[in-house]
Amino acid sequence: MQEKILEAINITKYFHDPITVQVLKEINFSILKGEFVSVIGKSGCGKSTLLYILSTMDTDYEGSLLIDNIQMKGKKEFELAKVRNQYIGFVFQFHYLLNEFSILKNVMLPGLKFGKFSKKEVEHRAYEKLKILGIENEALKSPNQLSGGQKQRVAIARALINDPLIIMGDEPTGNLDKKNSENVFNIFKELAEVYNQALLIVTHDNEFASKTHRIIEMEDGKIIKM
Amino acid sequence: MNSLIISISWAILKARWKQTLIAAIGVTFSITMFIALLSFMSGLNEMLDGLILNRTPHIRLYNDIQPSVNQPIDLTKEYKRGHNFISSIKPKDEKLSLFNNGLILSTLKKDNRVLGVTPKIVSQVFYNVGNIDLIGIINGIDVVEENRLFTFNDYVVEGNYLDLKNTPNSIILGKGAATKMLAEIGDIIQVTTSKGEIVQLKVVGYFQSGIADIDNVQSYASITTVQKLLGESNNYITDINIKLKDLKSAPSLAKEYQNLFNVNALDYQTANSQFETGSSIRSLISYAVGVTLLIVAGFGIYNILNMMIYEKMDTIAILKATGFSGNDVSKVFITIALTIGIFGGMFGLLFGFGLAVVIDNLPFNTPSLPTIKTYPISYDIYFYIIGGIFSFVTTYLAGYFPSRKASKVDPVVIIRGK
Repeated sequence: MQEKILEAINITKYFHDPITVQVLKEINFSILKGEFVSVIGKSGCGKSTLLYILSTMDTDYEGSLLIDNIQMKGKKEFELAKVRNQYIGFVFQFHYLLNEFSILKNVMLPGLKFGKFSKKEVEHRAYEKLKILGIENEALKSPNQLSGGQKQRVAIARALINDPLIIMGDEPTGNLDKKNSENVFNIFKELAEVYNQALLIVTHDNEFASKTHRIIEMEDGKIIKM
Repeated sequence: MNSLIISISWAILKARWKQTLIAAIGVTFSITMFIALLSFMSGLNEMLDGLILNRTPHIRLYNDIQPSVNQPIDLTKEYKRGHNFISSIKPKDEKLSLFNNGLILSTLKKDNRVLGVTPKIVSQVFYNVGNIDLIGIINGIDVVEENRLFTFNDYVVEGNYLDLKNTPNSIILGKGAATKMLAEIGDIIQVTTSKGEIVQLKVVGYFQSGIADIDNVQSYASITTVQKLLGESNNYITDINIKLKDLKSAPSLAKEYQNLFNVNALDYQTANSQFETGSSIRSLISYAVGVTLLIVAGFGIYNILNMMIYEKMDTIAILKATGFSGNDVSKVFITIALTIGIFGGMFGLLFGFGLAVVIDNLPFNTPSLPTIKTYPISYDIYFYIIGGIFSFVTTYLAGYFPSRKASKVDPVVIIRGK
């Protein structure tokens, strides 16, 4: 059996504003290395909320979260920042590239923050990641010179720079047309199958989800199918 | 890692270079004005102090006319213990001259706390202008020593001060008195001494202190001329003026000399306390104005950083999502604030120095201040140090509060909001 890289145990969350609502009810599941998992469900079922808890950005929950078998509950803010930096790669619906920096620098930033490699090596690695995504020729351009599909690929390259345990995506194809969506899906698939990369993608695109290894379906803050 | 923070700060600065520039200009302007204001104000203070200080002895020894402290009744056995009331006490007929002054002078010259001593005779006279008698004072001085210690030559506006020593029976007239008497250099004037004798003196120069009351009355002659004028022997002097190495020790030394030589001693601080007060209040006002300017500039930086943080919410959120901690984000904004402060402050110091140099070269001619040709400026390095430290501290504080806000930005809120 392959090792568990992420495990959610009894995760429960409430929203208190304006009234107390339970958005997540005792979520239990785990993800193995190299698994390509999608989370689907209707709008408001809590799938994004779950993702932000799993990504350590939201710390206001009950239950426990293990990443690489390490308990995340109770860690300090800067320790969680380190976890995000080293173990988690992020792809959002919106690309969130920084216009102040070139494409290359955008990809390099989390790597430079990690500090494991020298600047030269980080640059080399960034080029490699861009090459996997087929956009190495755009490296020195500014983000606003790129198309939406290209930007999303840069965002994926940025997520990959520190060789994370898992890539998390919040509707990464939500803003893209059919062709670009397929492109992004194929990249994810390749990452999972060729590079043995674990992925957890929240989506409401059932066609996209159906092609992944495992589908987690949520309704009203509960997992109904897994 | 630190160079990463700096490169991120730099990129944000460059993206908002106009706002940054305006903030930096605010700091530059306030530091410039701070330096110029303090330099000018201190220059003025030093000039005014100098006017008095150069001419005034640090300690003056003299004999005052005053009733004796020990009255005979206090010395009698019977009434010694009581409290005696005596009315109508008159001072003893005592000479104004300093007794045993030769010994005092030689003792003081050996004292290594003393920079120099010079004897002086103050004598009241009348200047005779036709039928009119003008009240005057002739100071008998040791010309060379007086110039060395009290820059006498600076106030001799016409004529050569050394003629006072070289020409017998010569006088340097106060400018105001000379104008009233229509006395030209080379003329012979007539004075009546307090003993009623009439003496003729040759005018060899004019003296102008800038204070009209002094220039209308005071004149200078050599010490021997005044001794002759008064018909006194050559050991008659009324004052001993002392210049010390350290002005601050004047009050304590004055007390010491008063007891040692049994004369009256007046120190500079007691005689000129009003100048000290004036100087310190002027400095206080200029510091207050300068600090106010800096605080205003600090608020400018605070506002601009706050705006930057609102505009850069996305950037902050994504930095946090990709592994930058709140502390890193806060460092970025503090770096931005300090960059503004350091560059703005540096240019402010330079421009402040430049402005001071410009003021220093502006002509400033006033008949009352013959030695001053341009506006006074002080180039004290202290102002530049204070200005530098202040620009650093204010910009740090102006950056600290916005940066804390930035560090607390919740990435989830920003990212979901899209």
